[in-house]
Amino acid sequence: MIRTLGQVLAWFALIFSVVFLLAPLVVTIGVSLSPSPVFQMPDGTISWRWYERLVRLDGLMESVLLSLQVALFATIVSLVIGTMAAIAVVRGTFPGREAIATFLVSPLMLPGLVIGIAMLQYFRAFGLREALPSLLIAHIIVVLPFVMRTLTAGLSLFDFALLDAARTLGLSYPSAVLRVMVPVLAPSFITGGLFGFLASLDNYPISIFLTDVYHRTLPIQLLQYLGESPDPTVAAVSTLIIALTAVLLVIGDRMVGLNRMAGV
Amino acid sequence: MTRQLGIGWLAVPACLFALVIFALPLGLLLVESLRDASGWTLEGYRSFLASDYSWQVTGRTLRLALLTTAICLAIGYPAAFALAWSRGAWQALFIAALLLPLSLSVIVKAFGWTVLLRTNGVVNKLLMGSGLTDGPIRFIFTETGLLIGITNIFLPFMVLPIFSVIKQIDPRLTDAASTLGANPFYGFTRVIVPLTMPGVVAGVTLVFSMSIAAYVIPTLLMGDRYQTLSTTIATSFLYLQDPQRGSVAGVILLVLSLLVVGASVVLGRKMRAAP
Repeated sequence: MIRTLGQVLAWFALIFSVVFLLAPLVVTIGVSLSPSPVFQMPDGTISWRWYERLVRLDGLMESVLLSLQVALFATIVSLVIGTMAAIAVVRGTFPGREAIATFLVSPLMLPGLVIGIAMLQYFRAFGLREALPSLLIAHIIVVLPFVMRTLTAGLSLFDFALLDAARTLGLSYPSAVLRVMVPVLAPSFITGGLFGFLASLDNYPISIFLTDVYHRTLPIQLLQYLGESPDPTVAAVSTLIIALTAVLLVIGDRMVGLNRMAGV
Repeated sequence: MTRQLGIGWLAVPACLFALVIFALPLGLLLVESLRDASGWTLEGYRSFLASDYSWQVTGRTLRLALLTTAICLAIGYPAAFALAWSRGAWQALFIAALLLPLSLSVIVKAFGWTVLLRTNGVVNKLLMGSGLTDGPIRFIFTETGLLIGITNIFLPFMVLPIFSVIKQIDPRLTDAASTLGANPFYGFTRVIVPLTMPGVVAGVTLVFSMSIAAYVIPTLLMGDRYQTLSTTIATSFLYLQDPQRGSVAGVILLVLSLLVVGASVVLGRKMRAAP
């Protein structure tokens, strides 16, 4: 009886969570397809006018491309240095490993605005005033914690004897890593990379201090646009990003299975 | 020996980078909060701590983070169990539903909620249609509306860490507990709940530390009159040109977050020592 009650409660919580989490996505997709210029769900007719407007809108596509570029760069660098650090933390025997792991994950848990201001003043003090390099460097700090978290978790379950086995079978160390370790850790790479990539794409608190008029990342541009002339073009660009992520999730599911890649 | 040292070296690039690009700037911010034009001073902290308004803002920030964490835990904990029980394609779909919302910008989510929560919006129509309320409820620019919006953003960060712990728990443990005569409630609270604690600590730490620093969502759903530590920092630097006040508020927020991170490290260590 108690058990059934508990199970009903758990399923109710899950269904509620799914509906609750997807609600703003449904609204955004709906608004982007509505012919109405105010934020409204379509009633009967759908229209593509906001998608057509998207390409003509000043600065919007530029900011999408800039954000994708920054997020991609930060994700690649983080995957490389994050994986290296995770291997050191999981496999090493030196003192302070736990402190290093906590340190490299901590930017995720410390206030973004404070990090942003601190970086702004620091970069200025060293004469770095260009927006693009500042953003590229800063966003590595945004992505790195996600990579670090998922990879330390993934690596602590990885059996390193597999590497020795592969070397006994004649593979060199680098190709053993590439052909044995990388496939086994694929779920961690994909999860950490995806979470970090999306966090970079949506970062506002750090970016706001580092952008300039020519380099506005997408969230900065979106907020400014919504403040000045709100129309569903914003919903259209968001829908495209949702669609892109959905494609990435399907690819991830095909490659490693979504249920294996869920750990944060 | 050389091999262990070799492995340790792998952490150097990331550590060096984070030290130079992340830790040093924060250290300098701390220094700046202790200085003004004339030299070293605690004046920034004194005036911040002496004002009732600052305490109000700090209290509100903590309250918002605590409420958000509590709601996320209350919904996310049971949901994580159901997620772990689900099988195959259903589980993949549920996980996709938790991950996909991360792709929608917080800014656009806030606008989505204003559409959903307005007086003639879907939520009010559902509430009135089901007879739960007679007239529309005002959500926009209320704390309830803010809590709905902020919970919506951080809920996946509660469910996923708890889920990844639950799916590693041996299901035979529950059977063992009941074979040994434990009733389901006792078996659950004494056997399963303690095993899920690492996930709970991870989820609570993430959600609390992210919601205590939330900036975009309170600004968009509540406006300027709802000041938190984050909005104080932003207005001090971006509009008021008062870097000292901003730095002080920043350091206070930073210390609160560091306390949370520190507590989670201590708790995590305790759990590993006494499983």
